[in-house]
Amino acid sequence: MEKEELKTKIAELLPAATFEESGEWLNILVTPADWLSFAGQLRHDERLLFDYLFCLTCIDFKTNLTMVYHLSSTTFRHNIVIKSVLDRARPEIESVSHIWKTAEFHEREVYEMFGVDFLNHPDLRLLILPDGWEGKNPMRKDFEDPVNMIKL
Amino acid sequence: MFRETEIVKDVSSIPPFPQDAVQGGGGAGDLIINVGPQHPATHGVLHLVITLNGETIKKVEPHLGYIHRSIEKMCESLTYRQFIYVTSRMDYLSAHINNHACALCVEKGMQIEVPDRAQVIRVIMDELTRIASHELWWGAMAMDIGAFTPFFHAFREREKINEIMEETCGARLTMNYYVPGGLRADMHPDFQKKVKEFIVLFKRKIDEYDELVTGNIIFINRMKGVGMLSKEDAVSFGCSGPAARGSGVHCDIRKLYPYAVYDKVEFDEILETGCDSLARYMVRIREMKQSVRIIEQLIDHIPEGDFQAKTKAVLKLPKGEFYTRVETARGELGVYIVSEGATTPYRIKFRSPGFSNLSALDSMARGSKLGDLVAMMGTLDLVIPDIDR
Repeated sequence: MEKEELKTKIAELLPAATFEESGEWLNILVTPADWLSFAGQLRHDERLLFDYLFCLTCIDFKTNLTMVYHLSSTTFRHNIVIKSVLDRARPEIESVSHIWKTAEFHEREVYEMFGVDFLNHPDLRLLILPDGWEGKNPMRKDFEDPVNMIKL
Repeated sequence: MFRETEIVKDVSSIPPFPQDAVQGGGGAGDLIINVGPQHPATHGVLHLVITLNGETIKKVEPHLGYIHRSIEKMCESLTYRQFIYVTSRMDYLSAHINNHACALCVEKGMQIEVPDRAQVIRVIMDELTRIASHELWWGAMAMDIGAFTPFFHAFREREKINEIMEETCGARLTMNYYVPGGLRADMHPDFQKKVKEFIVLFKRKIDEYDELVTGNIIFINRMKGVGMLSKEDAVSFGCSGPAARGSGVHCDIRKLYPYAVYDKVEFDEILETGCDSLARYMVRIREMKQSVRIIEQLIDHIPEGDFQAKTKAVLKLPKGEFYTRVETARGELGVYIVSEGATTPYRIKFRSPGFSNLSALDSMARGSKLGDLVAMMGTLDLVIPDIDR
C-alpha cells in the first residue's frame, strides 16, 4: 500500500493516532496505552500484515523517551514507523515480544540502555551490561562515566 | 558467571551453581554448561549458557557484551565524516559494506549525488568483501564441523582479496575507503587487472570447495535437518541475509530496495527452502558465484570521471530522521540517524544483522543435540562485534 492508503487504513483502525509524513516513511504516533492492541492489529490485519519488525530502538530527547518501531510487511512490502512518547521519569510500555519474537532481544537492549520498563516481557534482564550493573542507563543523554569515557 | 572484578582465589570458596540461575532450566537432572566466552567454536567472545538434559539442549541463553564498545554512543560525538570509520570495526568482515550503509545515509540526508565511477567501484568492493567474508565463514565452519583443510583453502583465496584491498585502500581489514560523496581515493592502476586475475582463479577454486566439502557425506549428515528455522520464525525473529534466505524468505536488500548500481546488474537472489543448516550453507556457496557474476559485469565498465563528489568541508544533516539499509554478508544492516541539524548525529542506531539472527538461536537449538550447536552457530555466521556493537 502507498502512504496515503496506509494512512486512511490506519486512521480507521486507530482514530487517536497522529501522523507525520515528512520522512521517507509514514510516521505514526501512538500513546503507550494504545500500543499493544494496535500492534496486534498491525500484525494480523489482512490488508496490513506487518510481520517483520526490522528495527526497535529508543531515543532520549532529554524531556521524554521516544520508542521507535520500524515495521515492514514481507507480503505487501510496505513500511511504517511507529513512535510512542514515554515519560522520562517512569518509562513504561507494553512488550510486543509475543507478536514479533525479535522484540524480546531488542527490548532487553533498550531496557538496560535506556531504562524503559517493558510490561509483560517474558525475561526482562540485562543482556549486554555485566551482572550487577545498577541504575544508570548508558545510552541516556545525561550518562557520564568519568572512568570509562564513552563520549569523546 | 563471575564478574571480572571478583576473581575467585580459593576454589573451595566457590558456591555451588544456583539451581535457579538459568530461567526455564535448572530442574532436577539438568546440567548447565557454559560455552564461551573463550571457546573456539564461537569465533569471538560470545558466552552461551546451555541447559542440557543428557545430551539434549533444553535452552540456550546468550550473554553478550564482552566486547561492547558502545559504538552508538561514541558516534553521538563524532562528526558525519568521522563516524564512518568506527563502523568498520563493527562487522569487521564486511567493513566496506558497513561503510557503504553509513555513507548512503549521510548522502541521503545531504542529498549528495555520488559520481557513477564511485558507485561502480563501491559495488565491486562490496562484492569482493562478500566473497572474502563467505570464504572465511566457509573455512571456519568446516573447521567447526571437524574438517581442518578447508580453512587453509579458504584463506589462500581470501588472501588475494586482501591484497587487492591493501593496494587500493591501504588496509586489509578495516578499510575505511568510503566517504560521504564517494571514495577516499581513486582505485589503484592495477585494480582491474588484479580483480580479473582473481576471478579467473576463484571460478576454478569454487568448484574445488564443492568437491571438498559440499558433497561430503559426513558433512551432509551433520548439516541436514539440523537447526530447523521455519519461514514464519525467520520473519518473526527478524532474521535476514543467508540465514533467512535458507528458509525461503525473500529478503535480499540488493533486490528489494536497490542502492548504488545493483538495479543495473544482473544477479539472482538465492533462495533455499530446506530451512536447515545445509540450506543456509548452500545459500552462501551459491551467493559467492552470484558475487562473481556481478563483478564480471562491472569490472570492464568502470566509468571515467570523479571518484568523489564535491562536498562542503563541514557536513550538517538537516533536522530529521534518515534510515538506509544495505545487504552485508550477514544480512540487513540498517543505519538510523536522528539529526537535530548539528554537525554530529543526535542519535544513531545500527540495526545489525547478527543481533537479530542470534535471537533465533535458542528456538533453533531446543531439542537438538549439543554437538549440533556448532553447526547452527556456524551457519548463522555470527560475528560478535557486529552483535555487541
